[in-house]
Amino acid sequence: MPLTRLKNMKKSTKSKIITYGIVIVFYLVVQILSGAGLTSSSFEGQLVPICAYVVLAVSLNLTVGFLGELSLGHAGFMSAGAFSGVLVWTVLNQNAPTWLAVLLAFIVGGCVAGLFGFLIGIPVLRLSGDYLAIVTLAFGEIIKNVINACYLGYDSKGIHFSLKDAASMGLEADGTTLINGAMGITRIKTVSTFTIGIVLVLLSLFVIINLINSRAGRAITAIRDNEIAAQSVGINLTKYKLMAFVTSAVFAGLAGVLYGLNYSSLVARRFDYNTSIQILVFVVLGGMGNLRGSIIAAALLTVLPEMLRGLDDYRMLIYAVVLIVMMIFNQSPQMIAWRKRIAERFKGFRKSDAKKKEVA
Amino acid sequence: MKKFVSGMLAAVMALSLAACSGNNSSDTSSAQDSQASTSEGASQATIKLGGIGPTTGGNAQYGNAVKNGEQLAVDEINAAAGYTVFELKFEDDESDPETALNAYNALKDWGMQVLVGPVTSDPSLNVASECVNDNMFMLTPSASAEDVALTGSNIFQMCFTDPNQGVVSANYIADNNLGTKIGIIYDSSDPYSTGIYTAFMAQAQELGLNIVVSDASFTADNKSDLSTQVTKCQEAGADLVFLPIYYNEASQVLIAADRIGYEPTFFGCDGMDGILGVEGFDTSLADGLMMLCPFSAFGDDETTTTFVSAYKAAYNDETPNQFAADAYDCVYAIYQALQDGAISPDMSSSEMCDALTTAFTSMTFNGTTGEGQTWDENGMISKEPKVYIIESGAYVLAD
Repeated sequence: MPLTRLKNMKKSTKSKIITYGIVIVFYLVVQILSGAGLTSSSFEGQLVPICAYVVLAVSLNLTVGFLGELSLGHAGFMSAGAFSGVLVWTVLNQNAPTWLAVLLAFIVGGCVAGLFGFLIGIPVLRLSGDYLAIVTLAFGEIIKNVINACYLGYDSKGIHFSLKDAASMGLEADGTTLINGAMGITRIKTVSTFTIGIVLVLLSLFVIINLINSRAGRAITAIRDNEIAAQSVGINLTKYKLMAFVTSAVFAGLAGVLYGLNYSSLVARRFDYNTSIQILVFVVLGGMGNLRGSIIAAALLTVLPEMLRGLDDYRMLIYAVVLIVMMIFNQSPQMIAWRKRIAERFKGFRKSDAKKKEVA
Repeated sequence: MKKFVSGMLAAVMALSLAACSGNNSSDTSSAQDSQASTSEGASQATIKLGGIGPTTGGNAQYGNAVKNGEQLAVDEINAAAGYTVFELKFEDDESDPETALNAYNALKDWGMQVLVGPVTSDPSLNVASECVNDNMFMLTPSASAEDVALTGSNIFQMCFTDPNQGVVSANYIADNNLGTKIGIIYDSSDPYSTGIYTAFMAQAQELGLNIVVSDASFTADNKSDLSTQVTKCQEAGADLVFLPIYYNEASQVLIAADRIGYEPTFFGCDGMDGILGVEGFDTSLADGLMMLCPFSAFGDDETTTTFVSAYKAAYNDETPNQFAADAYDCVYAIYQALQDGAISPDMSSSEMCDALTTAFTSMTFNGTTGEGQTWDENGMISKEPKVYIIESGAYVLAD
């Protein structure tokens, strides 16, 4: 009975269940293995970053895969979210209960990143293609350089801020420095866990999958497929572009908070264009418009360099080679045709097997 | 159907991923068990040292120097003792905080007992707090940010802290009347550079030094041409330019100053060590450059000459810089604690951490980077700073 129900299910629902299922099964398997003491600390240390990168890849896929706009500033949103969220956490964690401080950190981080997404989105989404890519790239660099030059602290007189150096903040001797320029935020009490990470992954999947399958989502993909046609049927381009772009930025910010709260120090240098490109690589490898692909690609490419650690200096070289091979295997038309042929043959075997059984 | 198959494949992949890492860990833990049982039996057991640093990427020159220095010390100690006293495993972190933590975890899986690293400051801050959580002894050869040592009582530094260098430089300049008008060129995107700059400015104000240029900074993104900053100092009439930056950028400054015929006294910190080895750099431009540095490869004491000749022999006639020297000293400092009987190889990393923390705060160490080095309870080193002047391609001790 449940099997027939599974068969009669709508294709999109089935696909949804599989996507959530992968995440939940992965979580359970890791929990069981670590409970049994079978996971290495190297693997456990990568669980939170994996979750953060999965959320980043899924959210960027919304912009790149579904809206069809190339954004190279995703690390900028991540950075904005990470710094605002971690600031909230460092200020609140002594005075508020942990769960509340963490929750507020995530909310503030997501909102700040979303606000930046909105502000950047208004002028930028009038551009498209290469132009948008360049502007978002510049945005990421601006965020990085501003935070790098930013000094923020507080004392009994209030909040002090400077863009020059620590001394010009004019902090009293007993004041606390929050952001110390190039040194960033240090001595963060780490609080991110794998469970928080998985919850965030599920949340981002829930929101983005539902957005895509809604009326707004169809409008977004219509804009991707043909902007002029979409406009001609009365779709408000700016509205739907902004909707996708801001959602994407919010989740980048949330991933940033998760990432920031996982380490005891946070520097803006970490979120440069290399990180943006890295996230784009996850999306492209997983397939644009394919959320499940993004999840798997992000997880695999995050652990890959660590699994190759034994190769020492050849590690990055092999990483690049593996990346090229995976790209070709995944996306080249010839390879897709070849994979289909193999799958057909596999199916054919099974059918003939079934026939033999019937005969017997 | 196709989607279902791909979903299944993905699940299988995820499973195999988790499972294979699980296997690895069980392998290593069983290896650890066997290691522990053999070390209990044999008296000549090995201590596992872990090293972390950038051996690839933009900071690879520093990481490789540290790796070479540590390896040389380990090889020497093992050869002299006649058995494997130390085993060193050095992991790459690309100078990235996230990768550094991965490297640390990989070393922990390997069974590291003492950490001699990381090399750069951002990774060290991350790894240090993990070391405090795990009670793992950490001795960094070159991560000089003050916050690194302040992370916990088991975090020690072999190098001067950045603020310390800034204060000592300002004092030296004031005591010797090196400049009446001082300009500073620094990298505002680098924690090392800003750390020294901030402390130098504060101390200079206290001593009443006349600073004419304090905003000639650059960032990691725009350091290919530093002539604007040099011109700024020239226009302000600075007769001493303080350069709390690394040697690659410093060589740019010297070239730019030479091009416009500007000849002030240049004064740098320990990041300047290595300027004579910059490829394609006319070393005569560095004549008269002063630097605050704990180590000179031209030193004539026995420790230094032995180290320099051994290093040159081992690594293609390369002259060691202070990174290599600090790393070399780190291993010997731990060896001294071992010889004093403070630690023994059969200790767990946590027991060793407690023993080394006690030993380091009470011992005096003589190495290539100075005699009579001691550590305070914060894990910061105290050793005599030396100022060198470069004269015709060699370091000469300034008086």
